[in-house]
Amino acid sequence: MLKIKDLHASVDDKEILRGINLEIKAGEVHAIMGPNGSGKSTLASVIAGNERFEVTQGSIELSGEDLEEVSPEERAHKGVFLSFQYPVEIPGVSVTNFMKTAINESRKARGLEDMPAKDMLKLIREKSELLEIDRKFLSRSLNEGFSGGEKKRNEIFQMAMLEPKVAILDETDSGLDIDALRIVASGVNKLKSKDNAVILITHYQRLLEYIVPDFVHVLHNGKIVKSGGKELALELEEKGYDWLKQETAV
Amino acid sequence: MAFENNVDVEHPVHDVRMAAIKNFEEKGFPSKKEEAWKYTSLNSLQKIDFSIFPKEENALEYKDVKRYFIHEIDTYKIVFVDGIYSSYLSETTHDGVDICLMSAALTKPMYKQVIDVYFNKIASKDESLTLLNTAFSREGAYIYIPKNKMPKKPIEILHFSTGNEASLLLQPRNLIIVEENAEVQIIERHQSLTSNDILTNAVTEIFAAKSAIVDFYKIQNDNETASLIDNTYIDQKDKSLVKVHTFSFGGKLIRNNLNFYQNGEYIDSTMKGVTILGEKQHVDHHTLVHHIEPNCESHQDYKGIYGDSSTGVFNGKIIVDKIAQKTNAFQQNNNILISDKASINTKPQLEIFADDVKCSHGCTIGQLDEDALFYLQSRGIPKKEARALLMYAFANNVLSSVRIPELKTRINKLIAKKLGVNLGFDL
Repeated sequence: MLKIKDLHASVDDKEILRGINLEIKAGEVHAIMGPNGSGKSTLASVIAGNERFEVTQGSIELSGEDLEEVSPEERAHKGVFLSFQYPVEIPGVSVTNFMKTAINESRKARGLEDMPAKDMLKLIREKSELLEIDRKFLSRSLNEGFSGGEKKRNEIFQMAMLEPKVAILDETDSGLDIDALRIVASGVNKLKSKDNAVILITHYQRLLEYIVPDFVHVLHNGKIVKSGGKELALELEEKGYDWLKQETAV
Repeated sequence: MAFENNVDVEHPVHDVRMAAIKNFEEKGFPSKKEEAWKYTSLNSLQKIDFSIFPKEENALEYKDVKRYFIHEIDTYKIVFVDGIYSSYLSETTHDGVDICLMSAALTKPMYKQVIDVYFNKIASKDESLTLLNTAFSREGAYIYIPKNKMPKKPIEILHFSTGNEASLLLQPRNLIIVEENAEVQIIERHQSLTSNDILTNAVTEIFAAKSAIVDFYKIQNDNETASLIDNTYIDQKDKSLVKVHTFSFGGKLIRNNLNFYQNGEYIDSTMKGVTILGEKQHVDHHTLVHHIEPNCESHQDYKGIYGDSSTGVFNGKIIVDKIAQKTNAFQQNNNILISDKASINTKPQLEIFADDVKCSHGCTIGQLDEDALFYLQSRGIPKKEARALLMYAFANNVLSSVRIPELKTRINKLIAKKLGVNLGFDL
């Protein structure tokens, strides 16, 4: 579904990704772990098409299509979703109105009419129940004054609404207390299917107890230095990341 | 200039007018050499041969101009067509409050006492454009709200110009008196319906007595051949609350001289503005708050979005007199430039003579936040719409204090139109 080949990316002439190779098939959950500054968030941004980063080498393919010339909004229309570590506040635009715009833009891109208001309301109700989101919350301005946990839950709510093929969750566990983490994780698990894929970007193993990955990759200095099954996450939790430095020094 | 034929020597304010003419003749039009006019030139306007006293006005049908009214709600309406009162389009009242015409107030004996006390009392006696208006204005809105009263509905003041002259100078003069504990909501709009040149030089005097509440909304969305110089003077007494919102979305040149004089204690003065310009439009916001007495507050919040080759000015002057202790004066001016050719000159001007005051000011000039843009795009919202949403969010703080919901909806629609987007919902 998502094929990343020898991906190099830089910002302000500073190379951050130095040759990433990763293949993600439908139905799989991949976790990408690594110390701060290893390039995890950059990888997430580059997959979603952030133009702040320049892809200098390599390619990203979604269902066989090269994404090189594809804008972030078109990637979204094709089924890429990024849950942000720091979602942006949009005063004056309610969560509901924002989702209406996002969904209808995506439908427009696929040559469909706007979703009828009734269907939209039904969809919003269903998905907000999935994430135990209060109705009042939906009429608040997007992310404005939201707590860290509310922001993250809202990100997953958006994911539920947009039903992406590939969802990248960037540090979705940070800033969540254990109850919120459970709700968010259970939401993600319910959205998981054999037709979509999830990439979890995380610093800690905690989230992976709730969303169990099929593969774990360790990112360091812009490269995947180790891949394995879910047990690798436990090993990392125990050993920390210091061993990486020694290993790369060798 | 031959005014004699058009000036009524028997008129009760004849002396005031003659003095203003004399004063104006000495001063002439302001030039860019004056600090207050450094960034706004009236040269191109002065080259136009404006008619000052229009002949016949053109008739307007309500259905043709309905969209310029806040027609979703019931309002009082004081409507002028080419500077002349249109009784056909207006809805005035004398039922407990006076919502009518300046020409009537200036000539009818029953208003004489009020006119003597208030007319031309707060308007500048040495600012030349105000003098010009004082000298030649013949018509405008007269609003008198007695003690403890509030009109049943908001008041709209509309000025239409139809192009009955090749170029027309309009000089409306409004007088608004809100007595103790009274309240009023006013929406004002100047709308040209012609491609002929229109210059409006308006003067509004507002008197807010003790505990009075005034909400004044100015909609400036005129066409590319219409210019506006708005001179508004506000006198506030103890515990009064006056808010002026200025929405500047269109017009060739707009100059807003908004002046607050706090003649009492525990006064709150609020000025808010949203400016969204494109093409070669120019807007100059000059605000003045004079804190004359202790324990008062002023709040200024102006947001500007400048595209194409548009230019903007914000000059916010705050004077705190020596005895005006415990003053809280806040001023904020944030701007986004969305084109390399657009520019903004922003300047706080603080003259503080008291020592126990809180004054803060901040101005920013920036571009749209790229990370925020990416966030919206990553949700499938195209760049153009994403930019519009961010600009809307940027201006939102100012909109949140608009107290007439239908007006707010209207402003939102104007913003969406100005930003060239249809977001699929009313902003």
